[in-house]
Amino acid sequence: MKVSDPALLLRTAPFLRRNLTTPALMRDVIYALVPVIGASIWFFGVSAILVIVAATAGAMLTEWRFTPEGKGGAALADGSALLTGLLLALTLPPGIPLWMAFLGGVIGIGLGKLVWGGLGHNLFNPALVGRAFLQAAFPTVLTTWALHGGPSDFLAVRGANLAFPLLQGGVDAVTTATPLSMMKFDHNAVPAAALFLGNTAGSLGETSGVLILLSGIYLTVRRMFDWRIPAGVLLAAAIFSGILFLVAPDRYPTPLFTILSGGLLFGTVFMATDPVTSPLSPRGAWIFGAGIGFLVVLIRVFGGLPEGVMYAILLMNGATPLIERAVQPRPFGRGKHR
Amino acid sequence: MAERDGGDIYREFAKGLWKENPVFVQVLGMCPMLAVTNSAINAVAMAAATMFVLVGSSFLVSLLRKVIPKQVRISTYIIIIATFVTLADFTLQALSPSVHKELGAFIALIVVNCLILGRQEAFASRNGVLLSVLDALGMSFGFAIALLCLGSLREILGSGSIFGFSLCGPHFEPWVVMILPPGGFFMLGAILLFFGWWKEMKAKRRDSVTGRVA
Amino acid sequence: MSTPVSIGDGVETPREPGGARMIATLALAGLISGVAIVGVYELTLPTILANRARALKAAVLQVVPGSQTMKPFTLDGGALVEATDDTPVEERIYAAYDEGGNLLGYAIPGEGNGFQDVIELIYGYDPKERKIVGLQVLESRETPGLGDKIRKDAAFVANFDDLSVDPEVVVVKNSHKTKGNEVDAITGATISSKAVVKILNVTNDRWLSHLGEK
Repeated sequence: MKVSDPALLLRTAPFLRRNLTTPALMRDVIYALVPVIGASIWFFGVSAILVIVAATAGAMLTEWRFTPEGKGGAALADGSALLTGLLLALTLPPGIPLWMAFLGGVIGIGLGKLVWGGLGHNLFNPALVGRAFLQAAFPTVLTTWALHGGPSDFLAVRGANLAFPLLQGGVDAVTTATPLSMMKFDHNAVPAAALFLGNTAGSLGETSGVLILLSGIYLTVRRMFDWRIPAGVLLAAAIFSGILFLVAPDRYPTPLFTILSGGLLFGTVFMATDPVTSPLSPRGAWIFGAGIGFLVVLIRVFGGLPEGVMYAILLMNGATPLIERAVQPRPFGRGKHR
Repeated sequence: MAERDGGDIYREFAKGLWKENPVFVQVLGMCPMLAVTNSAINAVAMAAATMFVLVGSSFLVSLLRKVIPKQVRISTYIIIIATFVTLADFTLQALSPSVHKELGAFIALIVVNCLILGRQEAFASRNGVLLSVLDALGMSFGFAIALLCLGSLREILGSGSIFGFSLCGPHFEPWVVMILPPGGFFMLGAILLFFGWWKEMKAKRRDSVTGRVA
Repeated sequence: MSTPVSIGDGVETPREPGGARMIATLALAGLISGVAIVGVYELTLPTILANRARALKAAVLQVVPGSQTMKPFTLDGGALVEATDDTPVEERIYAAYDEGGNLLGYAIPGEGNGFQDVIELIYGYDPKERKIVGLQVLESRETPGLGDKIRKDAAFVANFDDLSVDPEVVVVKNSHKTKGNEVDAITGATISSKAVVKILNVTNDRWLSHLGEK
C-alpha cells in the first residue's frame, strides 16, 4: 500500500510513477520464490511440501478468519498472507512438526500483522515474527536439522513432521549440524561451493545461495525492491567479517562463508526488503541494510547463537521509524545545515 | 459510609473480583503478574502473599487513618506495607523453602506492587475498617483469579501440566517461551484481547436487540 | 462519628501541623514495624535454618553415594580442619561417611557463570579413586528446555557419576565420550554444559590437592 499509494512521498525528485499495485508486487516476489521452493523440495522432498502447506494454511486461515466480515476473501486476494506463509515455511527446519509450522503461520499473521491494523501498518516482518515466536517457544525443535538429500529419498518424511498436535515427534530422528553451528562450535568451515549450491543442512529455503541470488537479481531488475538494502547488508557483513577474519583467520570465518552460510542471503533478499518494514528513503535504506549486516555478524560471532539473521532483521525493523525520522529530507529553504 | 446495608458491603467486596479486577481491568500489579505466573502453584503462592499484605495493610491503614498526618501518609503506608511484606517473606521461607526459592525477589517486591499502595490511598484511607478489609479481600481475590488464570494457562502450555499434574503425557512438547517472562506478556495480551472481543460481541448483541425493538 | 484529630479541616490544621508530630508518627510506625519484624524473624529463624541444613545434607548425601553422615571441613593454612560455626559457607566442604564412620568422599560446592546467570552446584569426590562420583545442580537459571537440562537431563547428570579428574574434565560433543575424564555435552546447550565443567575444574584446582587419603 505504501508503494502504490503513499500518503506522503518522502523522496525528492524525480517523481516517477509506476503502475505498481500490492498484488502485483506480491505476485512478483512469489514468482521469485518459485526456484527457491523448487530447491527446497529437491533437497528435502515431501517434508518440504508438507511444511510449506502447513505454514501457508496457518497464515491464510488466520488472515481470512480475522479480517472484518465479508472482506476475508478480498484480504487474501492481495497474496500477502500467502507470501508470509511461504516465507515463514522457508525459514523453518525441514523436520519441524507440521502443527508448529501451522502455529507459526497463525502467530505471524495474527501477532505480526493483524494486531497492528493489517497490511502496511505492521512494524515487524510478519513471517519473522512467526518464526521468532516458534524459536522462543520450541528452541530445540527449531535448532534440530533433519538430513538433506536428493530426489532419491523424496518420499521420506523427515524428522518429526507428522507429530500429533502439542506432542513431540519421534525421538530417534536422524539429525545433523548446520554449517553455521559447525563453524561456531567446532571451527569447521563447509566449503563455499557446497554453500553456493545448497547441498548442506539448514532451513528449507536458505541452503542454495545461487538460486537466492538469481531471485534477488530478478527482483532488482523488476525494481520490486530497493537494491540499496541488500547491497547495504552484504557490504556491511563482508566488511565487518572481513576485518575479524584479518585479525584472527583461525577463529573467524571468511567473509564469503559469512555471506553464503545460514539465512543471510535468504533474509536479505526476501525479508529485509519488505517495503512495509524497511525505510523508504535511499539514505535510510543504506543505514537499514548496513545495520542488518553488522548485527548478523555481531550475533553470529559474539552471541550465544550460531545464527542471527532473524533477530538482526527484526531489530532493524524496529529501528525503521527512527531511521526514517533521522534521514527525513529537509524541506527546501527551511532550517540550517546541521 | 453512613449506612452499611448488606448490598453496600457485598458491592465493595465483589467489585474487585470482576468489574474492577485489578489485573484485567485496572492493569495494576503487572510486575509480579508477569514474572511469577509461570506455574499455577507459583501464582497461588504469590496471590496468597499479596492477599496477606493487602488485607493487613488495609486494616491497619483504615484503623489509623485519622492519626496519620496527611503530609507523611505515603511514607507511613510504605512502612506498614513493607512490614507485612517482610513478615510474609519470613513466613514463606519457613513454610515452604521450595516455593520461596521459585518466587525469589518477587516476594520482597510486593512492596512496590502499585495495587497495594493504590488501595491504601484510594480506599483504606477514606473508609472504615470493615469496608476497607472487604475491599482488600475483593481486590486480593480478583488478583488471585487473574494470577491463577494466567499461571494455569502458562503452565498448561509451558509444561503440559497443571499444579504439577501432567495433562498430555511424557511426549508433550513444551512451549518454552510460556514459562519465560515474554510468555507472560503474550498470555496477558491474549487474555486482554479475548476480553476486548467479548465486550464488543456483547455490545453488538445488545445493539442488535435494541435495534429490533425500535 | 468522632474525630479525635482531624487533619483535613483547614482551620484547625495550619500549613505545618507540627513537624514533631509527623516525626513522632513515622518513628512510632517504624518502631512498631521493627518490633514486628524482629519478632517474626526470631520466630521463623530456627525453621528456616533447619530447612537449609536439611536441604544441604540431602544434597551432600546424594552426591556421595552410600553416605549416611556428614561433617563440614575447611582449609586452614593449607591443612584440612573441621569447620567451626564461624566458617563462611563458601569456605566449606563436606566429608561424607558411611554407617561405620568410614570416609567415602567429599561433597564440594562450586559456583560460576552459566549461560544466563550463576550456576551453583555441589559434587561428590572420591579421593581414593580420584573420581567425581555424583553431581547436583543447586541453583541455575539456564534456558528452560535447553540449558536447564544440566539439571534435568538424566543422561547428562550421569556423566558425573564416574568421572576421572585426571588431568582435568573436558567436554566432548555428539556423544563422543571415550575416556574417563570426558563429559558428553547436551545437544543445543553446549555453553551450559561447558559452564558446568568449567566450574568443576576451577573448584577442583582449589580443593583437590588438599584432599589426600585420610
